[in-house]
Amino acid sequence: MGIIKTDKLVFEYIRRDEEGNVEGITRAVDEVDLDVQQGDFVAILGHNGSGKSTLAKHINAILYPTEGTVWVDGKDTQDEKELWNIRQNAGMVFQNPDNQIIGQVVEEDVGFGPENMGVPTAEIWERVEESLKAVGMYEYRKYSPNKLSGGQKQRVSIAGVIAMHPKCIILDEPTAMLDPNGRKEVIRAVRALNDVEGITVVLITHYMEEIIHADKVFVMDQGRIAMQGTPREIFSQVERLKKLRLDVPQVTLLAYELQQQGIDLPDGILTVEELTQALMRVYRG
Amino acid sequence: MLRDITLGQYYQTDSVIHKLDPRVKLVATLCFIVSLFVVKSWVGYAAAAVFLVVMIRLSHVPFRYMVKGMKAIVFILLFTVVFNLFLTPGETLVSVWKLRITKEGLRLAVMMAVRLSFLIVGSSVMTLTTTPNSLTDGMEKLLKPLKIFKVPVHEVAMMMSIALRFIPILLEETDKIMKAQIARGADFESGNLIKKAKAMVPLLVPLFISAFRRANDLAMAMEARCYRGGEHRTKMKPLRYAARDRVAYGVLAAYFALCIMIRIWL
Amino acid sequence: MSIILDHVDYVYGGDTALAVRALNDVSLVIPDGQFIGLIGHTGSGKSTLVQHLNGLLKPTGGHIYFNGEDIHDSDYDKKKLRSKVGLVFQYPEHQLFEVDVFSDVCFGPKNLGLSKKETELRAYAALKQVGLEDEYFYQSPFDLSGGQKRRVAIAGVLAMKPDVLILDEPTAGLDPKGRDEILDQIAKLKAETGITVILVSHSMEDVAKYVERIIVMDHGSVLYDDTPKAVFSHYRKLEEVGLAAPQVTYIMQALRQSGMPVETDVTTIGEARDEILKALQRGSKSGN
Repeated sequence: MGIIKTDKLVFEYIRRDEEGNVEGITRAVDEVDLDVQQGDFVAILGHNGSGKSTLAKHINAILYPTEGTVWVDGKDTQDEKELWNIRQNAGMVFQNPDNQIIGQVVEEDVGFGPENMGVPTAEIWERVEESLKAVGMYEYRKYSPNKLSGGQKQRVSIAGVIAMHPKCIILDEPTAMLDPNGRKEVIRAVRALNDVEGITVVLITHYMEEIIHADKVFVMDQGRIAMQGTPREIFSQVERLKKLRLDVPQVTLLAYELQQQGIDLPDGILTVEELTQALMRVYRG
Repeated sequence: MLRDITLGQYYQTDSVIHKLDPRVKLVATLCFIVSLFVVKSWVGYAAAAVFLVVMIRLSHVPFRYMVKGMKAIVFILLFTVVFNLFLTPGETLVSVWKLRITKEGLRLAVMMAVRLSFLIVGSSVMTLTTTPNSLTDGMEKLLKPLKIFKVPVHEVAMMMSIALRFIPILLEETDKIMKAQIARGADFESGNLIKKAKAMVPLLVPLFISAFRRANDLAMAMEARCYRGGEHRTKMKPLRYAARDRVAYGVLAAYFALCIMIRIWL
Repeated sequence: MSIILDHVDYVYGGDTALAVRALNDVSLVIPDGQFIGLIGHTGSGKSTLVQHLNGLLKPTGGHIYFNGEDIHDSDYDKKKLRSKVGLVFQYPEHQLFEVDVFSDVCFGPKNLGLSKKETELRAYAALKQVGLEDEYFYQSPFDLSGGQKRRVAIAGVLAMKPDVLILDEPTAGLDPKGRDEILDQIAKLKAETGITVILVSHSMEDVAKYVERIIVMDHGSVLYDDTPKAVFSHYRKLEEVGLAAPQVTYIMQALRQSGMPVETDVTTIGEARDEILKALQRGSKSGN
């Protein structure tokens, strides 16, 4: 079993009108089977309202399945005895950088998780230092979070999670509210965590360029997993992605359009270099 | 920018007073305020003045920052002085038309003015040298014994520090929503009181919705980071008394004893 | 009929050491009917700039003229200006407050003192312009999806019938389809009504397809003010200031450097495809 596993996970909630009468039941997550191996970089794609955030909240035991089971590190998230273990092992970073920083000083915020876990003071300081260094925010440790850019705030949030020494971290659209530079900063930090520290990463996003380094991609639609595969396999299905309200990076789209015109290019081109090389092969015959 | 507002107007510098444990500063401020009401003679006020001046010098905070806080109470100060000056019965010094200034009135007016301004400057020394965060920490630790009486000390302290973190964010948000509504032709300035109150609706509704959304997000983020109240919690920056804090308590005790002696013998 | 900025400076933080120069000697002419992209990274001054265009901020130096009149003259009607220069803020759905969608859109025209009939006609027209279906008109705005809420908020500004529509990051937080839908809707609106549109964005890629002119802001100054083609040719400089040209620019530059004779000044995927196809055909002719 992988570090995160879900079996026929279903989550339903009841919609009520203004008087509180039941209007209907919405199935936000519909029979999702997920298996994430230790050390993987997994991306979950999907348009707004596709159920990807709801799915993410199950991994951290913020939400519980209506049907099916979620295991984190082999432990059922519905097992109350394991709740704090699960939350510590599966760290979570949310979308809005302002609404998840608790401390008034960067280092104090990073220390918040370990404090809650009852880590001894001296060790908290060690963890805060190494976590801030891991995301490149150590020199900002004495800053007020209000003085940081969006990308920096998100990196602080990530440090706050890794200070809890989780086995995996789930990032729920961490870049949705950032500008392109902030987005790059955050994705670089996340990739470093995965590469250097070997932490399992589950990245939820709708920005396609952020997932090209993922080991595996799941695309969600209407609560179900609509596509899965490597980024290359996913990106080779341009039409399908468009139907799922997503798009592909410009380079992939251009390669696809050239293919449509009869140019002989490989499927699922991901980078400028790949496209240039492939086109030059065609050009030189 | 609104985000730059530092609450409690903390003045960043390095001094003995800055380094003191927040509990010492809280207790000292309380003692100082009480001492102002203990002493009743000019000698006593002189002692308080000396104590205050020494503290200000030790804090390395420019004096003009101390008096800044006075601006807010100028009106109350004037009111108290005038009230005491004219309405205290006693031996007449000057009399103009129906108003009489008495000797006792003059004495009382000056005394009240001194007390009030000392009180404000004294508290400023605390807020200028202590971050709001360590103040809440200090309060939490000082009030810990109240837990026996089921007072949720940790929770209150946590709420205070969250409020301190979010006030600048909400101020900025208010500014943004206000501008957005002005761009839609809203008018927050003209009209009578009722009209003005009505004009606040387009500002307050979005502000409340946003505040609740933030509260909800924050609660979720805290839970995700294993927050479960004050139990089992350790501290990254536990408050520990250092040698200088003990010395400070000694100085404080000496000052307070002196004030009591002045009250009894002078 | 135009907006003219004449050597506009904006410094906040007063005379202290903390004073920040948000705008530095900005001079621009915005004639009627243009479709403009205003690009810059966070803190480049682009949001400060647009707040000057409708008089929300007052320049600390220089003048702003709307249709020939200085908007900071003491007898200038600011409220009228704000109805003529409509500004849609970032995350505009955060300012919705009314019980239903229709009343919320009526807020702007009502503030202009229009009759009830005129107000409602305008609100209806505005909601149609942003492509919202009738069935949503009497729902609470808070029950709509993110994309729909944003449309309602944009309609709230459109209902004031502005001559100039400024949108600050209208696609922030939307998914790719939602982003395209909003931008297409704005382009359609522009084509139908001929109003001036200024799209504020930090993404060149998003605006390249739509606008005829790009103004690049950096450190409170105008760095470039030209056609998209001309601006993207400075792609190295753009990177230095923390921006990036659309990915197609890089593809065309890389192809050219590898020896394929393509024009590098294309701005959209369609243009790039045609340019590459042309080069490949020419290549195969000369090769054989």
